[in-house]
Amino acid sequence: MAAKTPSHGNRDIVRLENARKIYQMGTEEVRALAGVSVSFEKGSFWAIMGPSGSGKSTMMNVLGCLDRLSSGAYYLDGKDVSQLDDDSLSELRLSYLGFIFQSFNLIPQLSVQRNIELPLYYLGWDAVRSAQRARELAEIVGLGGRLNHRPTELSGGQMQRVAIARALTNDPQIVFADEPTGNLDSATGEQIMELLDNLNKQGKTIIMVTHEPDIAAHAKSRLHMMDGLIDRIETETHETDQPHQEYLARR
Amino acid sequence: MRQTNLIRNIWLGVENLLLHKLRSFLTMLGVVFGVGSVVAMLSVGEGASQEALEQIRKLGSNNIILSSVKPAEDEQASTVRSHMSIYGLTYADLERIASSFASIGQVAPVKLVRKEVRLHDRAMELRVVGTTPEWFDLVPREILAGRVILPSDRQRQAPVAVLTEFGARKILATRSAVGQMVRIGGDAFEVIGIVRSEAGQSQSMQIPDQDVDVYIPIEVARKYFGDIITRRTAGAHQRERVELHQIIVRVNDAEQVEATATGIESMLARFHGKKDYGMSVPLALLKQAEATKRTFNIVLGSIAGISLLVGGIGIMNIMLASVTERTREIGIRRAIGAKRRQIIVQFLIETVVLSTFGGLIGLGVGVLIPFLITYFSGMATVVTWNGILLPLFISMAIGIVFGLYPAMNAARVDPIIALRHE
Repeated sequence: MAAKTPSHGNRDIVRLENARKIYQMGTEEVRALAGVSVSFEKGSFWAIMGPSGSGKSTMMNVLGCLDRLSSGAYYLDGKDVSQLDDDSLSELRLSYLGFIFQSFNLIPQLSVQRNIELPLYYLGWDAVRSAQRARELAEIVGLGGRLNHRPTELSGGQMQRVAIARALTNDPQIVFADEPTGNLDSATGEQIMELLDNLNKQGKTIIMVTHEPDIAAHAKSRLHMMDGLIDRIETETHETDQPHQEYLARR
Repeated sequence: MRQTNLIRNIWLGVENLLLHKLRSFLTMLGVVFGVGSVVAMLSVGEGASQEALEQIRKLGSNNIILSSVKPAEDEQASTVRSHMSIYGLTYADLERIASSFASIGQVAPVKLVRKEVRLHDRAMELRVVGTTPEWFDLVPREILAGRVILPSDRQRQAPVAVLTEFGARKILATRSAVGQMVRIGGDAFEVIGIVRSEAGQSQSMQIPDQDVDVYIPIEVARKYFGDIITRRTAGAHQRERVELHQIIVRVNDAEQVEATATGIESMLARFHGKKDYGMSVPLALLKQAEATKRTFNIVLGSIAGISLLVGGIGIMNIMLASVTERTREIGIRRAIGAKRRQIIVQFLIETVVLSTFGGLIGLGVGVLIPFLITYFSGMATVVTWNGILLPLFISMAIGIVFGLYPAMNAARVDPIIALRHE
């Protein structure tokens, strides 16, 4: 089962072929992914949806190179990464991927600037260039004046902006967002989603896990999971205003 | 390519430790006390052993010192009126020793008698040392004025005397030292020189020279004062006939010192009916002192090692707690792309920074303690480079050894689980 957004000549950035992930929980086998084949195009905006236990988190972890498949193949930007070791996966995350989490996952003892700089530290950038990059990104997410604050001094929305800035520091191919608005009120969540929309407009592939239909409506494609398998896929045309209007109408 | 700068890593470690100042300080205390006690104990031990070595050096490390000792039976017999005890080293012993051993370089006989030394109205009882020019080679002391006894003085049997600095100050007072005529036991002597004396600081070992010495040629001493000493105590005459009070022997080669001492010992045993002599071998004392020092160092090292071990365990304990507490941070770093090795390095550096910092503080404490000991008790303490660098190196090593396990624990953290960790 392969799904594609209406093609405009881009290649697939991620492709799963018969992907299986089986956990051993005591004596019981949990089939978190039970043979999934799917591919996402470069520049697409996907929402992975489904009830808890449907396998959407596992899907996200596998695509984000945080977890490895039990069997099957995963092609990231055309390259099979399903057999890579831990160090190589770390390299991929460092160079190609960015992560945004529900609980922001900022390092509390580091300043906003240092949090944003963190990937650059592992990329081996020097302090001056890193600081400059962090300032640029803080401006983009609208936190230019908060660089020296600690995450604990920020509101939830501000923390998520820092997390987005951090996810963009390494100029990733794909941004993963795990329930990015889950801990935010709806107005703030909407602002965060606008940021993600903008990123997507600038060409970033975004893969988001959510169970909120309102949030999922921002994505151009929605993948519904059930019991480790793809339940259904909804794709839209490029009239990006349409879901937004639906959302407004429902309010 | 991704060579993350070590200095930056260390700085980040410092920053992280500064976030929990009290905790970091308390964690360090074990190492502080460990290193402090090592440095302090090493310097006290080093001071004691250098003091011992200094005394041995004053004795002359290649010397063998023979002394006349009054035998025990004579000690009792001397209560009998007008008994004369004859004992001790003889001129014949001196000849035999000097001619029998190829390993011997120089020999200095010593004749001791206590006499009043007078200059006009100033008088003082001094220890008159009748000896030969060799004395001044075997017991080398700084010459402060004039000259020492020469072979020509022996030949001429010249009544010349060399005073110590102490004696010169007491008797000559402010007068110019050399050339004064003093009376020793009634006979006139010309002061030809003044030497420094090293005595007065030794408790454990008999140093050949004393502050109250006056040196004259041995022939002169024999001629003027004879071999018989009469002491009057409580109405009884105690008369002793002692030819030589000491013979100081210099062995050319340090390797030969012990063999020569054994040879002299058996030679003296053959010619002396009773044990009326004693022998001290500074080199043997030196070796003994070094063995003692080694034992001392092992004991101190073990005690210090245990305290450092305790300090290390303290650090490990806190670091393990810190890893658990920072599981989420580790997960974030791993998700962003940090490799396991980089997580290990991060925590290892934090531990090493902690233990090294503790080591540095301990070093300060450890240098202050010997300083205070010397200030308040006068006991010699010596802080050596080894005594500083070794504990510092050990404290770094402790950071690595006790930091490795917590750091590997940190690297084992599964980012997926860690990110859900609340």
